[in-house]
Amino acid sequence: MLARVLSGDFPRSRALAVALVVILVGLALAPFIVPGTRSLTVAAKVCVFVLLVASYDLLLGYTGIVSFAHTMFFGIGGYGVGIAMARMDSTWGALAIGVLVSLALSAVIALAIGLLSLRVRAIFFAMITLAVAAFFQILASQLSGITGGEDGINFKLPEALRPATSFFEATFFGVAVNGRLVSYYLVFAVALAFFLVLLRVVNSPFGRVLLSIRENEFRSEALGYRTVTYRTVANCLGALGATVAGILYAIWLRYTGPDTTLSFNIMIDILLMVVIGGMGTMYGSVIGATLFVVAQNYLQDLMKFASNAAQGVPLLPNLLHPDRWLLWLGLLFIVCVYYFPAGIVGKLRAAKEKP
Amino acid sequence: MAAPEHPVLETHGLTIRFGGHLAVNAVSCAFRPGTLTAIVGPNGAGKTTYFNLISGQLKATSGHVSLFGEDITPLSTPQRTHRGIGRAFQLTNLFPRLTVLENVRLAVQSRAHLGRNLWSMWGRHVELIERAEHCLHRVALADRRRVIASALPHGDQRKLEVAILLALEPEVFMFDEPTAGMSVDEVPVILELIEHIKAQGDKTVLLVEHKMDVVRSLADRIIVLHQGELVADGEPAAVIASPIVQEAYLGVAGDT
Repeated sequence: MLARVLSGDFPRSRALAVALVVILVGLALAPFIVPGTRSLTVAAKVCVFVLLVASYDLLLGYTGIVSFAHTMFFGIGGYGVGIAMARMDSTWGALAIGVLVSLALSAVIALAIGLLSLRVRAIFFAMITLAVAAFFQILASQLSGITGGEDGINFKLPEALRPATSFFEATFFGVAVNGRLVSYYLVFAVALAFFLVLLRVVNSPFGRVLLSIRENEFRSEALGYRTVTYRTVANCLGALGATVAGILYAIWLRYTGPDTTLSFNIMIDILLMVVIGGMGTMYGSVIGATLFVVAQNYLQDLMKFASNAAQGVPLLPNLLHPDRWLLWLGLLFIVCVYYFPAGIVGKLRAAKEKP
Repeated sequence: MAAPEHPVLETHGLTIRFGGHLAVNAVSCAFRPGTLTAIVGPNGAGKTTYFNLISGQLKATSGHVSLFGEDITPLSTPQRTHRGIGRAFQLTNLFPRLTVLENVRLAVQSRAHLGRNLWSMWGRHVELIERAEHCLHRVALADRRRVIASALPHGDQRKLEVAILLALEPEVFMFDEPTAGMSVDEVPVILELIEHIKAQGDKTVLLVEHKMDVVRSLADRIIVLHQGELVADGEPAAVIASPIVQEAYLGVAGDT
């Protein structure tokens, strides 16, 4: 049963298995463990980014495709839902239309990019995706009548997902059963389901072909695999994963804007999460996204605490001042990349495999 | 010795031009099942280029390649592989970070047309794994199945290359110096294997080889390429003895 759910791809490291279980349980019970609004938003963001990073790992880690258009597909999901909900009405029907249109649009664009440019060398493909993503970003800010420009779109969700909607008078273990809770579990369940789908894809015969393309495309062709087809399909699947993540993020935030979806800062974050977690290991995206999002949100708090604790010591309080958080995040990256070139998951698995 | 059957593989006036250089020049040749044809010639004679034209890595400037009477010149490499042309490469060409078993299993999987299966778990296709293990067994690599391909010694990588070719179960086997760089005690495994494939009777074997003792013991026929042209074709003893070969090839490379 477990083998089927995990597609036969076990963590293969006790420490990794423990970490994954802790993250899974933590996310599943987040509304009860950390009931605050802010911490629940962090938990939802972790769910979204696990899916976003996992779908990017399918491209970068498994197939060896370097794409910079991942945030574009993330944005298509967000804007699809945002525009549909804001321009139509706040019903499930409008949400469904937004979801379907954005998925279809992503698939078509990914297919077009794939067929037109996956034949060329990797560096050119990366540049083409960069150009298309930049174009899309400009489009989103210029068509402000539709997209809300730089301000983005605030929208209302269907009744059942609104924070004000209460399902029971009483609370459940001290937590109000309202639309916010339902939204969180919607995000959690869909992200988990699609993560498991991606895990299955990379462990299918198709997924093994992707690995062979990453390793030696020339040889893969000689074995009889039409690599352009495989890379294009992988590109589409990755795009669809990112679109679903974008949809979930928009639903959680009840907002879509360039800074939450299309920004190249997010693209860089995704790259870092994949590398820190470990490329070509779906579980790396779970570890990478969790560490990164949590650090992004709590490092400043931690530093404030440390800075206060270090009062009186020369220099240290200044170094630990919350404004310096990017410095420490940067150092954390360098340490990660230097000591875990195969990512955290790669490191943990290698430790296990040594006799 | 060669059965009077229809040829499996034929090239008609096969030519490729790189700029002003004719690397393969109007080579017409037919290959029959159950025979092993050795292709010899000095370095740069166009042997590997001729192979690349047959297996599809290079597109011919003019001329045709046909397989079982069908013109396969317009087909891509993967299409030719599925039609039955199998190739082992001269320079070892593996999936370096995958295991030995996985290298072969990918070939079996291609042969079984399972690559487009997105939803089953690869590990559940036990029959593919067993077939891959069988291929490894035939090249005496079965005990190294879990090793990462790049960690194999050179000789074992050459054997793995051959195991991948076996796994494709082709109609036409193309070996490009299969024993190059192997230690003396490893060579017989590969030679016996090639002998065995030939003895099946229905497979066509093409072999590029520099070692004349290997060619003598295995080949039913030798063709000689020199500066991209086919200069001799016939029974091994006759070809080796012919003046044109003595002059064009053996005189230069030495009869070892």
